[in-house]
Amino acid sequence: MTDHTVKAYDDELRDLRAIVSRMGGLAEDQLVGAMEALNEFDAVKAAAVRASDKLLDKLEIDAEKAAIVVFARRAPVADDLREVVSSLKMTGLIERMGDYAKNIAKRTLAISEMGPVALPPILDQMARDARKMVQDVMDAYVHRDADLAMEVWERDEALDNLHNAAYRHILARMMETPEKVGVLTHFLMIAKNLERIGDQATNVAEQVFYTLRGVMLEEARRPKHDLTSTELMTGEQ
Amino acid sequence: MSDNAKEIKPTDWHSPEMNARIKRRYRKEKWFKGLGFTAVILAAMFLVTLIGRIAGDGLYGFVQTSIELDIPFEESILGNPREMSKADFEENVRRANMLRIIDASLQGHFPDVKSRRDRRELLRMVSTGARAQIRDMVLANPSLVGTTERVRLLASDDVDQLRKGRIDASEPEANRKVKDKELGWYQKLKEEGRVSLNFHTTFLTSGDSRDPELAGIWGATVGSALTLLVTLAIAFPIGVLTAIYLEEFAPKNRLTDLIEVNINNLAAVPSIVFGLLGLAVFLGVMHLPRSAPLVGGLTLALMTLPTIIIASRASIKAVPPSIRDAARGLGASPMQVVFHHVVPLAMPGILTGTIIGMAQALGETAPLLMIGMVAFIVDIPGGVTDAATALPVQIFLWADSPERAFVEKTSAAILVLLTFLIAMNGLAIWLRQKFEQHW
Amino acid sequence: MYKMASELETMTETRKPKMLAENVNVFYGTNHAVKGITLDLHQDEVTALIGPSGCGKSTFLRCLNRMNDTVASCRVEGRITLDGEDIYASRIDVVQLRARVGMVFQKPNPFPKSIYDNVAYGPRIHGLAQTRTDLDEIVSTALEKAGLWNEVKDRLESPGTALSGGQQQRLCIARAIAVNPEVILMDEPCSALDPIATAKVEALIDELKGRYAIAIVTHSMQQAARVSQKTAFFHMGDLVEHGDTTEIFTAPKQERTRDYITGRFG
Repeated sequence: MTDHTVKAYDDELRDLRAIVSRMGGLAEDQLVGAMEALNEFDAVKAAAVRASDKLLDKLEIDAEKAAIVVFARRAPVADDLREVVSSLKMTGLIERMGDYAKNIAKRTLAISEMGPVALPPILDQMARDARKMVQDVMDAYVHRDADLAMEVWERDEALDNLHNAAYRHILARMMETPEKVGVLTHFLMIAKNLERIGDQATNVAEQVFYTLRGVMLEEARRPKHDLTSTELMTGEQ
Repeated sequence: MSDNAKEIKPTDWHSPEMNARIKRRYRKEKWFKGLGFTAVILAAMFLVTLIGRIAGDGLYGFVQTSIELDIPFEESILGNPREMSKADFEENVRRANMLRIIDASLQGHFPDVKSRRDRRELLRMVSTGARAQIRDMVLANPSLVGTTERVRLLASDDVDQLRKGRIDASEPEANRKVKDKELGWYQKLKEEGRVSLNFHTTFLTSGDSRDPELAGIWGATVGSALTLLVTLAIAFPIGVLTAIYLEEFAPKNRLTDLIEVNINNLAAVPSIVFGLLGLAVFLGVMHLPRSAPLVGGLTLALMTLPTIIIASRASIKAVPPSIRDAARGLGASPMQVVFHHVVPLAMPGILTGTIIGMAQALGETAPLLMIGMVAFIVDIPGGVTDAATALPVQIFLWADSPERAFVEKTSAAILVLLTFLIAMNGLAIWLRQKFEQHW
Repeated sequence: MYKMASELETMTETRKPKMLAENVNVFYGTNHAVKGITLDLHQDEVTALIGPSGCGKSTFLRCLNRMNDTVASCRVEGRITLDGEDIYASRIDVVQLRARVGMVFQKPNPFPKSIYDNVAYGPRIHGLAQTRTDLDEIVSTALEKAGLWNEVKDRLESPGTALSGGQQQRLCIARAIAVNPEVILMDEPCSALDPIATAKVEALIDELKGRYAIAIVTHSMQQAARVSQKTAFFHMGDLVEHGDTTEIFTAPKQERTRDYITGRFG
């Protein structure tokens, strides 16, 4: 891409972009860390994940400041405008991802107190998919690859389906072992968290796509197959 | 970027070279200022010398020496107004030999001058205009007849020059124009308090004359005014319309370029060439009256046209295009644009140019010589076809005259001409100040 | 794959344009200044013409009221219509056309006359007022519309050139609307004004929108974004992109447009 006539403008945009991609990497790390802690029921790791969320919060504020400076000084238009606005929104989304990872870590601490319970493998599956989505969407952002962002966005459907399956699975286990319902509720929430991380990644993909192409991925075209909130779940399968 | 890689050595603003350079610069500036100042002083000195000299001579041109004599208005010479009809009396006065009266008066003053020759010379101390002076007095007041009045008569130019100190009485008689005898008479009159220096209205009100003390510039002034009137009437409308057409309407092509170049060249053509043109066309072909302000005006109009055209074009060009755009953008036609906006805004400049052109024309001699406005004309011209002369030509004529007294007349005439020129330039400046628009 | 918003609009657009330029070419001698431009101006819209210096936008603007006629070397090809009537047709009186298509210039150029005479000049030459009262009415209405009335009503006889730059420009706008035009062309009307005066002129343009079809040439991207509904980007005599202003300034379709408005030309 051609540089701006004013070099400082490019520098400011580059700084903003660096903050966003660093946040993406951090969020991904947090997700990975939270899942490792969960698998190993490692309270120390879980605490570390919770602590690193502070940095994510700080970076979000930095990004906001940087974006405001660009608005104030450069009055960005066209792709620059989209880039800055999207960056603002993306940092919010990524910060939320971190929050969800933190939530998983918090639940890990609670679960580890309740004694070891077999982790449903489908959660691992979900975590892998969600992580891949975060990874890919940040790649799409860094490499300005609208097609990849589109692909991530389309993958949300699969994650939603996975979440539906996890939901049914955990619900079934609750019925089978009512005495473990406490831990299983945490698993249910963790599944929800993973699904939400996927949603955030999808939203980031939308922002990346809009930044690059200047067109909104219409809400109507969004795959909505997460039925858990619309269907009455009976657990009878 | 490699732009930052190149380090620029910081400048040492206090190095000896730098100080020397600054000193050199100041020295040069001082020199230049000094030279400029000297040039201005030199120019001012020339101007002061010129004006001083002209004024020194010229101011004497406005005063004239008179001799007061006891004039016996003898009935035997003038006739008796109570016994004849008014017409007969006036006729008689006109025919009367006033010299006899003056002679009689001088006899009273200088009873010891007896010889005919001496008496004639004595008479010559009084201007030839004195006769007309006495005649006019009697005509105006017939009751003077039979009385003796002390009358202030115009002295001859020699006496005048004596009074003004132009003739040095200490020089040997052979070298001077006034003989010892005359000098004696003059001294006597002066001792009696009969010689006086007075403001000379005749100079401003009469036409040319062979006698310096009777010569005036009114004829030339009127001639100049009539000539300029003709020039203005011809050159102003033609010049301004030409300028407007060339500037606003003419297509920009070879032909208009050619016209433009020629107009600019015309401005540089020596004025005598216009005189030749006037001689050939107005006198040779059109057979207009010779020596007339009409022809002079036409000839000067030819000469002034380029000046007016160039000045008008410049001031039309100086009207900002934005004003034209504004008018055009509102739907004004080209004529409306020009006459509602451009010409009014350009008018101060056009008028200034015109006045300066007129001032040039006023001071012009050569073309007028060519068309015969150099004749000796005593009468005040009454119209543009009467024979006339003009101020600069009058100056030229007087400067050529042998009489010593004409020197100061020349200077006085130059002063009058300069006054007119300064007044015209002043008018131009005033117009510019008053009507100049700021945008 | 994606239906662009402006394409959707052109598909549904059945409104008749106030002015329509079709395939307009302008030559200055051998210099092809404007190349095959097709553009429409609508009654209720402000169209901003943007582009780098020498891109032909001002030249094109000046074609719309035939101000280029006075430039001898200028040749205009193509068809420009006002209400469907070809303005370059021989039966069109250019003087009348310029009254119908008014113009405001880059530098405020009031006549060196009184404020009143400035505004009254157009109505006078076109005979729009029969009596002095009519003329007073036209002048005060035009000044009111231009938002200048309150500032000058007590000094209508003072010279227009004595006003501040912004007031002068609004006086020029008042002068243009006094002849009751249908289209107003503005050639960088704020480039000589300070930001406050600029804001006032922009507010005025907003006020005037709807009554007149307005085309404005501007070098300020922000101004184009602020005042216009449609934006046309000119580059090297070409009309690179023409569409909704919001579209152009958030997601231009052409790379050249994007490079220009984001400041990437160099």
